[in-house]
Amino acid sequence: MTLIERTDVNGDTGRLSEATAADYVALLKPRVMSLVIFTAFVGIVLAPANANPMLAFISLLAIAVGAGASGSLNMWYDADIDIKMSRTAGRPVPAGRITPGEALGFGLVLAGFSVATLGLMANWVAASLLAFTIFFYAVIYTMWLKRLTPQNIVIGGAAGSLPPVVGWAAVTGSVSLESLVLFLIIFLWTPPHFWALALFKTNDYAQAGVPMMPNVRGEAHTRKQIFAYSVLLAASGILPTVLGFAGLAYGVVAAGLGVGFVWYAWRVLTMRDDDRAKAPAKALFGYSLVYLFAIFAALLVEEMLARFGAW
Amino acid sequence: MPEQERIKPTEKQLKARRNRSIAIALALAAFVIIVYLGSLMKLGPAVFDRAM
Repeated sequence: MTLIERTDVNGDTGRLSEATAADYVALLKPRVMSLVIFTAFVGIVLAPANANPMLAFISLLAIAVGAGASGSLNMWYDADIDIKMSRTAGRPVPAGRITPGEALGFGLVLAGFSVATLGLMANWVAASLLAFTIFFYAVIYTMWLKRLTPQNIVIGGAAGSLPPVVGWAAVTGSVSLESLVLFLIIFLWTPPHFWALALFKTNDYAQAGVPMMPNVRGEAHTRKQIFAYSVLLAASGILPTVLGFAGLAYGVVAAGLGVGFVWYAWRVLTMRDDDRAKAPAKALFGYSLVYLFAIFAALLVEEMLARFGAW
Repeated sequence: MPEQERIKPTEKQLKARRNRSIAIALALAAFVIIVYLGSLMKLGPAVFDRAM
């Protein structure tokens, strides 16, 4: 038997939850989190200081939980539009397995714990950057920009670009040009990645009233924007070699990956207007995920080889 | 004082609650271990030195 207050029985607030731990894990957006963990890890490894492995691991965990907190706060606020989109309708809050209030509480608690842990175990510069990342994603992007402007994911992309900067700061206690270059790569990657998705999910976003670029400025304009950002991304990808904190091998890999990105973007740019299947946009979306993983993996592998004397 | 009553949770609700309780216990245990190990790494053996 379970004791409940009579005043809470009426309405949804009185229901006993059927949510499992897996539903709460889903609130953390594990797939986004995996990208955050990976890019933050690269930031930690590339940082020019010897981090204690245990403290580096704890820092990475705190950054991951902070990213998860952002996801939970996003799902709390966006439940009304998530339910209208096929891609997001099955999330725990719109599906009714977790109440918005529970998602909000979960997100706030995790945000507090992750920032405090990073501050105590690494330093307060990194903790402040993590707090800013959570604030930027939950408030600036989710609550403000997402429903206001087609530039939502361009500006909001700053939140997703910060993890390597936070990782770098966790080790060095500072922000440097090198970590800002890592930021720039993810920042320029975000628009072509999400606009490629928006091109073949146009109806979803329109139904939810989210002003994504294809809905507001049209597909032709979006395709041009995708191509422009892809060229900038390909150029920024080789900056680590140009600036000297990555070697020639990385530069060659990054250049090859960048050419691939521009080629996929070119296929999107020259896509026929009546192409309903939007295969080039789907291909670019898929390749963009490979690109970001591969470019950070290349940085990581080169650094590891250099560190262990094999290069 | 709000009026109180007892309700009987369904099997599914009980199972979900047990699942959540175990997850919370594991998360708390992991947090304690992380803070313990992190403190040792950050402060070194000096963490055990206390003025008598």
